[in-house]
Amino acid sequence: MATLRMRFALPLVVFVLLVALLGVGLTLDPREVPSPLIGKPAPAFSLPQVAAADRTLSLDQLKGQVFLLNVWASWCVSCRQEHPVLVEFSKRNIIPIYGLNYKDGRDEALAWLKHFGDPYRASAFDEDGKMGIEWGVYGVPETFLVDKHGVIRYKQTGPVTPQDLENKILPLIRELQGAA
Amino acid sequence: MNRLILYFCGLLACLPADAMEVRQFDDPAKQGRYEDLIKDLRCLVCQNQSLADSDAELAQDLRTEVYNIIQSGKSSEEAVQFLTDRYGDFVLYRPPFKSITLLLWFGPFLLLAGGTFFLWRQARRRAEPAPQDLELSAEERQRLQQLKDRFQG
Repeated sequence: MATLRMRFALPLVVFVLLVALLGVGLTLDPREVPSPLIGKPAPAFSLPQVAAADRTLSLDQLKGQVFLLNVWASWCVSCRQEHPVLVEFSKRNIIPIYGLNYKDGRDEALAWLKHFGDPYRASAFDEDGKMGIEWGVYGVPETFLVDKHGVIRYKQTGPVTPQDLENKILPLIRELQGAA
Repeated sequence: MNRLILYFCGLLACLPADAMEVRQFDDPAKQGRYEDLIKDLRCLVCQNQSLADSDAELAQDLRTEVYNIIQSGKSSEEAVQFLTDRYGDFVLYRPPFKSITLLLWFGPFLLLAGGTFFLWRQARRRAEPAPQDLELSAEERQRLQQLKDRFQG
């Protein structure tokens, strides 16, 4: 009697396990590739700024503070969705936001900032995308959180939503700003 | 008719739409290594395409990086290291053998072993003679009688 019941239960158990496995698979985002740079020193860079070609933005200038680096481009559609969130966030003056303008044209980038607002202290102009490769950028927009020691602590690929900011990024910013 | 044939010939000419640009190497061995490498590296934008297949801009840029590394005389391992340092093991179509990839490497063998064991057990059970004690117990006989009474009576 018991073995007979087992024989019926076994396929059910296998089925439930399979459904659970596939269910977990469905909720994972295959576009999200964990960055090997998290916990590592941010790759050095020194590039002209978007606003003025004769001024540079380099990692050394940014060290000593917790900052966000947002990768953006005027051709990037999701950036448009993300941008108002960053503009609003920059008004709260919690953390400096810097931009990495990825494979863009200077005129297009400037027009874009003029039209949608400029949340960045400054944006590095990465015309050939070399800095993007150094930072492991593969899907604009991307956002990096760098701590006072210049170590990358968090990376988000894809647009930052207000929920991401409140629930994930902001608590981490406060923790890093509080740390020595 | 001739026009139609010409049209189809034209279509054929369009077919080998290669994603790749022409690269000049100073050594054919380097070219071979480069071509092997980009077939084994995954594009992060079109995730199911290799760097060789992908037409994405990032894939072009990464091909250029790989080309520069190989052309400068560095090893294929250095080119792979360059990409995994920035993009992680994800870029590798051949996952490395690590503690977190153990299940990936051994999972199929575990499943095979499990399946073999299951089949072996089934086969042995089938080979066994059928159980002899098919006699009903007193309790079962009583229940059978009750059922018979209910449906026949």
